[in-house]
Amino acid sequence: MKHFSAARLAREALRGQSGWTEHWRSPDRPAHAYDAVIVGGGGHGLATAYYLAKQHGIRRVAVLEKGWLGGGNTGRNTTIIRSNYLMEESAALYNHAVKLWEGLSRELNYNVMFSPRGVMMLAHTVHDVQVGKRHVYANQLAGVDNDWLSPDQAQEYCPPLSLDAGMRYPVLGAALQRRGGTARHDAVAWGYARAASALGVDIVQNCEVTGIRRDAGGAVCGVDTTRGAVATRRVGVVAAGHTSVVMAQAGVRMPLESYPLQALVSEPVKPCFPCVVMSNTIHAYISQSDKGELVIGAGTDAYTSYSQQGGLHIATHTLDAICELFPQFRRMRMLRNWGGIVDVTPDRSPIIGKTPVPGLYVNCGWGTGGFKATPGSGHVFAHTMAHDAPHPINAPFALDRFRTGQLIDEAAAAAVAH
Amino acid sequence: MLLIPCPICGARPEAEFTYAGEAHIARPVDPAALDDHAWGEFLYARTNPKGDHAERWRHTHGCGRFFNALRNTHTDRFTASYLAGATRPHGTPTTESLDAPAMRSETEQWGQA
Repeated sequence: MKHFSAARLAREALRGQSGWTEHWRSPDRPAHAYDAVIVGGGGHGLATAYYLAKQHGIRRVAVLEKGWLGGGNTGRNTTIIRSNYLMEESAALYNHAVKLWEGLSRELNYNVMFSPRGVMMLAHTVHDVQVGKRHVYANQLAGVDNDWLSPDQAQEYCPPLSLDAGMRYPVLGAALQRRGGTARHDAVAWGYARAASALGVDIVQNCEVTGIRRDAGGAVCGVDTTRGAVATRRVGVVAAGHTSVVMAQAGVRMPLESYPLQALVSEPVKPCFPCVVMSNTIHAYISQSDKGELVIGAGTDAYTSYSQQGGLHIATHTLDAICELFPQFRRMRMLRNWGGIVDVTPDRSPIIGKTPVPGLYVNCGWGTGGFKATPGSGHVFAHTMAHDAPHPINAPFALDRFRTGQLIDEAAAAAVAH
Repeated sequence: MLLIPCPICGARPEAEFTYAGEAHIARPVDPAALDDHAWGEFLYARTNPKGDHAERWRHTHGCGRFFNALRNTHTDRFTASYLAGATRPHGTPTTESLDAPAMRSETEQWGQA
């Protein structure tokens, strides 16, 4: 891997940009055996492979991706990064990720364009204000940056915000996490792929896992793929919305349901929106990409589906909210909308850990908000796979919690929209 | 927006309906007799297939009745709808979801790791 630097940029500028090479090796088919196989080449899977190779010295690793690298939810999300979760376990997990985000470009020698421009969550009702303040105080006690703003302070931070008292849901206050923000989603996948590949990880695209092999004792001994069989004693399933499908190959039923989640972008315009704004109550979230597009997140459909497209009425509902909060956008045109399939757990917290099958690990259930956790998720999952035991941060997120009842109930406690 | 075939009222737009999750998951007759795994499986484990899915809907803004439907989760096309309490129509593709959760002792038991 050639190191990226200012000196290299200058040198390439002088020789007609002729010295750039592919960022990662892309073998046509996997080798016959690996020390670990990651099923799913999205951000979380690639990050897992990177940390396995970098921190745990496990370099004979394959990442098997059914489609193209980062082509699933990694390339379909609204790129919001924050860690202001209510429950202690969640705050620890997402804050771990935020800390890794802060040094990620340097770590990977790849500009992931992490931009801590602030994430503001609006309150529109008395109940919202109470819940929002409870969040802020809980976060401050947990060492997570989060502040409460009055409506005027919120508008000062985000001038496009309307404080019109005649709105159906007027702004009564806001919680602001200044360390939150956005990152370039594709660059995250590419950066991890490049760094992992340089450490020896094989990334095989268009290679679907069609079966998980188990030996006489029930332990994992390999996977079947559309590009040949692979022998391995460790398989990490990081397949997002398709986790239930992959895990069924090993005979494991998951506490997951998959839903389409929509996002959309507008035509690109000059910089006009300084931060990320979210509203759980009227379900809208919006930021402006560095390309100039407004990036808008809508909700999930009511029913499970793998169709990668959501109902138009879901997107319309969000656009109604955006137009009321930010009247200046009423004449904007939307360019594209799409759906990603998100795997949702009953308690809206992820599952990261071991499974009943020896050698089979799963990292899933990120629901509507997994992008923000990418580095932290890969980091603790690699630890879990390397040591056959969870990292202290992901120990509470075990699959076992649906038997013991020790749920991490972010859904009811926080009414989380991501 | 889906066009959903209510077995009583006929095809109506999705906005009239409420989704109620996977069908044919019978509440165990004697919950106290179940171990933690079986109870957790009943509460939380779902088939979540990519393909034919038996699911419950309620025609909230119509007849108000619960009913079951078969929908392909890949194409979102409905292939059947039938009254609650009826068995899954004969000849349609079956999935594991037809098994009562407590009867699924031969399948993997998450929660033992």
